[in-house]
Amino acid sequence: MTYVRPKIELPGQKLNEIGLALRDYEGSLSTLCAGCGHDSITAALVQALWEMSIAPEQLIKMSGIGCSSKTPAYFVHGAHGFNSVHGRMPSVATGALAGNRDLIGIGVSGDGDSLSIGFGQFGHVIRRNVNMLYLIENNGVYGLTKGQFSASADAGSTSKKGQVNQMQNINAVATAISMGASFVGRSFSGDREQLVPLIKSAIAHPGCAVVDVISPCVTFNDHVGSTKSYSYIRDHKLRATETDYIPARSEIKASYYAGDTHPVRLHDGSSILLRKVDPDYDPTRRNNALGFLERHRSRGEIVTGLLYIDQNVPEMHSQSRTVTTPLKDMKFEQLNPGSEELNKLQQGMK
Amino acid sequence: MPAKQSRINDFVLKIATVNGTGSASANGLLMKALFRMGIPVTGKNLFPSNIQGLPTWYEVRANHLGYMSRSGRVDVMVAMNVQTYQKDLAEVSPGGFLIYDSTWPRANSMQRDDITVLGVPLSKLCNEAFSVARIRILMKNVAYVGALAALLDLDLKIVRTLLEETFAAKPKLVESNLQAIMLGYDYAKENFSCPLPVRAETMGDNSGNILITGNDATGLGCLYAGATVGAWYPITPSTGVMDSFTMYCEKFRIDPETGDHRFCIIQAEDELAAAGMVVGANWVGARGFTPTSGPGISLMSEFIGFAYYAEIPSVFINVQRVGPSTGMPTRTQQGDVMLCAYASHGDTRHPILFPANPYECFEMAVTVFDLAERLQTPVFLLTDLDIGMNDWMVKELSWDDSYRPDRGKVLGPEDLAKMDRFVRYLDVDGDGIAYRTFPGEDPKGAYFVRGSGHNRYGGYTEDSDEFQDVIDRLLVKWETAKSLVPDAVISKADRKTRLGIVAYGSSDGAVIEARDRLAQDGIHADYLRIRAFPFSKEVVEFLRGHDTIFVVEQNRDAQMKSLLMLEANDIADRLVSILHYNGMPIPSECVVRGVIEHQGEEAAA
Ligand SMILES: Cc1ncc(C[n+]2csc(CCOP(=O)(O)OP(=O)(O)O)c2C)c(N)n1
Ligand code: SF4
Ligand SMILES: [Mg+2]
Repeated sequence: MTYVRPKIELPGQKLNEIGLALRDYEGSLSTLCAGCGHDSITAALVQALWEMSIAPEQLIKMSGIGCSSKTPAYFVHGAHGFNSVHGRMPSVATGALAGNRDLIGIGVSGDGDSLSIGFGQFGHVIRRNVNMLYLIENNGVYGLTKGQFSASADAGSTSKKGQVNQMQNINAVATAISMGASFVGRSFSGDREQLVPLIKSAIAHPGCAVVDVISPCVTFNDHVGSTKSYSYIRDHKLRATETDYIPARSEIKASYYAGDTHPVRLHDGSSILLRKVDPDYDPTRRNNALGFLERHRSRGEIVTGLLYIDQNVPEMHSQSRTVTTPLKDMKFEQLNPGSEELNKLQQGMK
Repeated sequence: MPAKQSRINDFVLKIATVNGTGSASANGLLMKALFRMGIPVTGKNLFPSNIQGLPTWYEVRANHLGYMSRSGRVDVMVAMNVQTYQKDLAEVSPGGFLIYDSTWPRANSMQRDDITVLGVPLSKLCNEAFSVARIRILMKNVAYVGALAALLDLDLKIVRTLLEETFAAKPKLVESNLQAIMLGYDYAKENFSCPLPVRAETMGDNSGNILITGNDATGLGCLYAGATVGAWYPITPSTGVMDSFTMYCEKFRIDPETGDHRFCIIQAEDELAAAGMVVGANWVGARGFTPTSGPGISLMSEFIGFAYYAEIPSVFINVQRVGPSTGMPTRTQQGDVMLCAYASHGDTRHPILFPANPYECFEMAVTVFDLAERLQTPVFLLTDLDIGMNDWMVKELSWDDSYRPDRGKVLGPEDLAKMDRFVRYLDVDGDGIAYRTFPGEDPKGAYFVRGSGHNRYGGYTEDSDEFQDVIDRLLVKWETAKSLVPDAVISKADRKTRLGIVAYGSSDGAVIEARDRLAQDGIHADYLRIRAFPFSKEVVEFLRGHDTIFVVEQNRDAQMKSLLMLEANDIADRLVSILHYNGMPIPSECVVRGVIEHQGEEAAA
């Protein structure tokens, strides 16, 4: 069964630029555990998409398999959704965006989905720089199969049953940066204030924007000994940068340039306003970003914010010089050379 | 000297060389020369999984009756590879000829007295005439073409024209190539009595025909079908399909003014990803496909099942090679019939098209997209290395300019405006095919694609009845597919017979020739060539209408026979397999022998 949220029209509710209310960005009722971090991320997505006035039909919601991958059903019911197979969301999104480059792609994945079974596709969608938001809802476990360690579990952290994870973890953000990602951010499901503008910036970024969100699994990984629990994250997170997203039509005020704040202007005219909380941090330089991450990781700190951005890395379609008209809308006459050309061509086959 | 049998326009010429020595252009020259003399001709590459250094053969069959399969004989062998000389010598049919490079003498033990051995000092001639080492090696190949021109009586004017066309941009090369041709030609004329009794004779100009490989034709077909997204991971023998699609896209689909590409070709990280990309592209309404071979299909299986259940059109082109496992990547087989028919876990089944030659590759590369979109399901185009990578003479491809793609049941914003509510998996028309919408068009058409249990409205379900309702409807769709796939081709024997032969794909040529040979021996058989799975009505009728049906296929486990038995269990005991699965294209001899042996046993029993 799909549980549909009863639609209640509230008088005087706020509408966005395309006349839609926040509710119009909601989906069916979540069937995740009460308190699951994933639901907070869904709420942040709803907020961000509403604020950006994205037309629901322009959006495609893609996912793999896992509790996290169920969430596309829980936001923007007017958008097409695609719950694919485990670890393979990136390839379906790549094909979909190849066929229609005008769509706005949001991929939701889990740490198991992206860092184990789908590690290959995770790397290659970054490499291809497919224009989409790639969200990892990272809880350190396989929620849906009942709590096994995932590849993002930290060495030394313990499972609910008390086993100690001996293996090194795969760090999604460091991996993404070192693989050449053009946009990498990290946040926490409990930090809506940071997450919403980060999501908006990621959607606006012209390329593959990886956002790793630590999202506690209340059922299998919220105990003492876990490094992905609510309390552990609250105690250990460190904001390296703060971001704000400024749509194309808004003017950039002079004060935005003050001190450690500067706007990154995107090709579509919008800007990401970036403020360095830590003056040491430079999210436009790869080795600086990686060094910073590593320094703080060794101190047990979880660095959050927009961690790396380079909007000049060519995205898939500029790499392959695809026409601006979505391929799915090309007229057949523009694709088919016709009988005369076929006959000419065959002169060379004789 | 053995008695010499005259064979005009009916011979097999085999050239043994070393991989990577540049013999391909010389062999192409020979093929085209015969072709332009109007003689039906095919060329088969028998090559190793290697880039340089291992033995490789090219087998040209010229046959005035148009037989295309391997015949099992070799009339003229050009033994350019010292390593394989002994084997090559042994392979020549009695009464045949062997030409070798006599620059270096061969041991006396390497002789046969039932064939004629002709030594041409090719290296010596070329070393004297050309100074650069690399050129000498290449020209040695051209020189044997010259010797063959004299021995087989090829039209020198045609050879010259071909060289002029090939090197139109570099006229100097025309002269040096022609010089090499004449070295071989003159030597043969002076030293042997030319032409041989095995020879060519102009019989027309083949004006209605072309020479083409199946992969080339398939890529071209995808272009004509309007495919825009091609995703692939390189694998022999399918790579040529994407090479061809890319080449034709670059020729026809780049905007001359802006340089914009009206296509998107993605070299995926593996076949799993390629399959996902195809599914994604088709979901949004672009025609997407992937060419691959057996190992790729194994990897794609999860997505194939997904696309079956979520009902997303998708085109999978499988150019079969020899399995299991890596098997023999450069050899041919029809070993993936079962794999494709039922790819993926759970109850799945998929339509398959079986082209028999490049002409049908082109046609069916268009049909496969129409079927996939009409049926909203994965559809396979199943060719093989023999069709895909060998040079075939087929009739000219033709194109109907009034053709428009069949997008199947798609609802756009105008259709949706007339509806109260859109649901994805409802069988409105009773043919098992529901309506779909494309993302990016209308929020009213939004639905959620999932491989998990869903009901006819597209909602998630774990309810037994709701689940079964959808999976049963897919069977209704399967019945519809039977009426949409290409018909089988039936050729009746000259007289009434209780014998039938069933074949598909690249076994066709062998069966055509075998039937003629069997008829000369008084054995007459009707022939049905399967062109698609699921089987259309006439397939089962054909089986029921014959007492003994030989099922010819190129795999060990009689895969097509098994499929036929599932469809028509009542006649299972009338099916007799003729199997060939050593990696070489099936020769007609194999079919003839299979039928005769079985008929002999019947008579004895
Ligand atoms: C091919 C395949 N193997 C295994 C599974 C079983 N499976 C479902 S979800 C899952 C792990 C999901 O973990 P994660 O991506 O971290 O998502 P979470 O549930 O933690 O949000 C596994 C192993 C599957 N669906 N498909
Ligand atoms: S099991 Fe964990 S990840 Fe899954 S819904 Fe429950 S809390 Fe969330
Ligand atoms: Mg997880």
